[in-house]
Amino acid sequence: MKNDTPATVIEVKNLSCGYGETVVLQDVSFAVHPRELLFVIGGSGCGKSTLLGCMIGLLKPFQGDVAYFGKSFTAADAVQRRDILKTFGVLYQNNALWSSMTLAENVSLPLEEHTSLTREDRQEIIALKLTQVGLSGSEELYPSELSGGMQKRAALARALALDPAIVFFDEPSTGLDPITSRQMDRLILQVRNTLGTSMVIVSHQLSSIFRLADRVIVLDRQSKGIIAEGSPAELAATSTDPRVRDFLNEDEDFPKPTNPPSARRSFDLFK
Amino acid sequence: MTACRQLPAVNTELKAATARLEAGPAGSECLVKVGGDWRLSEPVPSWIGVLGKRTGASVRVVPDELGKWDTSLVLFLLHGRAWCAQSKKDFHADALPENLQSLLRQVAGMGAPKPIAKAPVKPSWALVGTMAKKMVSHALEIVPFVGECTLGFIGVAKKPCRFRWMDCLVEMQQCWVSSLPIVSLVSFLVGVILAFQAAIQLRQFGAAVFVADLVGLAVVREMGPMMAAVVVAGGTGAGFAAQLGNMKVDQEIDALETLGISSVDFLALPRLLAAAVMMPILALYANVLGILGGMFVSATMLDIPATAYWIETQNRVGFSDVTSGLIKSLFFGVAVGLAGCLRGMKCDRSAAGVGAATSSAVVTGITLIVLSDALFALIFNVLGI
Repeated sequence: MKNDTPATVIEVKNLSCGYGETVVLQDVSFAVHPRELLFVIGGSGCGKSTLLGCMIGLLKPFQGDVAYFGKSFTAADAVQRRDILKTFGVLYQNNALWSSMTLAENVSLPLEEHTSLTREDRQEIIALKLTQVGLSGSEELYPSELSGGMQKRAALARALALDPAIVFFDEPSTGLDPITSRQMDRLILQVRNTLGTSMVIVSHQLSSIFRLADRVIVLDRQSKGIIAEGSPAELAATSTDPRVRDFLNEDEDFPKPTNPPSARRSFDLFK
Repeated sequence: MTACRQLPAVNTELKAATARLEAGPAGSECLVKVGGDWRLSEPVPSWIGVLGKRTGASVRVVPDELGKWDTSLVLFLLHGRAWCAQSKKDFHADALPENLQSLLRQVAGMGAPKPIAKAPVKPSWALVGTMAKKMVSHALEIVPFVGECTLGFIGVAKKPCRFRWMDCLVEMQQCWVSSLPIVSLVSFLVGVILAFQAAIQLRQFGAAVFVADLVGLAVVREMGPMMAAVVVAGGTGAGFAAQLGNMKVDQEIDALETLGISSVDFLALPRLLAAAVMMPILALYANVLGILGGMFVSATMLDIPATAYWIETQNRVGFSDVTSGLIKSLFFGVAVGLAGCLRGMKCDRSAAGVGAATSSAVVTGITLIVLSDALFALIFNVLGI
């Protein structure tokens, strides 16, 4: 590793954002460190996706700044913005693979746009990226011909096409079965371990959070900001905030299932 | 293993035992026995009819050969409890099955039922107002989009290699293939209709041969380009909107933007160029078909031979007539492409949004076509073309 790696790859400073008149997040500040797996968690409607949208430049923040490697993204002009966009990849919630293009074209487009590689070089990179995510030989397939899990992996291959320093994930395990979801987690960890990519993951899949996260940021709807920060195990065990504890821990007084199938003589409601 | 397993016996009971209700005094309390099957679809006993005349400090409900039950029994018990609370009596239901009791506890906090409100139907004038507001905002959206597309084309002119030529060719192909049959039919029939109308009038003056002049001029200057444009707006323009709208809903456009690829350059420009190139070609084709339609009517109805008709058309319809029509159709193409791409890219992120974007693209497209046609009529009139 180089010695001059900066202490933070992303720095979010006093960010306020929302839609129209509604403020969803107010005065949010945090940093993402190199090689870090940071999870952004919180209940529905707490602004996770809004925060992600602001960080990747799809939403304009009301106030504050997002800086990549010390360079402001919010105040960047077109050329600087393009340079910054090159440093991160995004895996969208519903994959957002370009449906009119094959997988090869999907992975190839970022390379065409941002590099001057020859067609042969690109073909080689495409093959490599698709193999990396376990989809070698699927170059000619269209996204619609793939299963949900395969689409997710293809989207990861596209996000990794330019070897970005950061990858953003929007709910990477939504709609995946437990096995595929674990495979996805393994893949994420593998990428981080081998390429040293920093990752920001928006999720509420508890199992993934505990498996992967170096650090979590808990957002809350009422507070419109970060209510806790730390390693998930630590937060689950020691947090004094009931909102954080409730999110990270299983409900202990969850009712036991009564009325199992064998005993349902009289209770066939709405049969 | 048996090849064919006996299916479990199906419940052949045709009619369930009806709900029963008995009430009688038991010491100081009133004992209510509920039994039988309680079904929402079947008549159930009334509570007031049983209890209304009974007295007693408390009411105790006990099961008595209680069969299947559903919400009807729960509601019945809730009514009983409410009645007891009102007349200051104790209500005991602890002899009922545990699952029924837990259900009762779960809905204990239920408030008074509210009438099922129908969504208010807005008066027509309110809808007209909302539509008008929407139309204004839609119209204003066109201006910045035209600017973005212009900047995009300037960029393309500087670096033509960055343009998505392949996408553009595919769109052109799509455009003419899908429009050709309808353009053929519509423009031939427009020629026929014009010729009919003209023939009826001109025959009275013995000037039937001038049908060729009228049809030729009307088709080449107005109807050909117009019909082609309307058909393309309804097919290709709507297609653009649906395609881009879907891409927007699936975040495919976001994925482009976060890669630093302008969605206007990548998606709108190839489609715009495709529509702008294909439209004059289709308009020219529509002109030919329109003249053929007129020729058909003249030959069959007016006994004007096709050659005479053709010579008359050639004499009257000049090069400037054809080019003025084609110039217009170039702009129609741009208008249709703009409307389709704009509506698609501004689509709401929902399935209904895509539908709305598609129909809005057609409406915007046709409106722009007619507006620019009127503008051209004015310009050509001033220039004397």
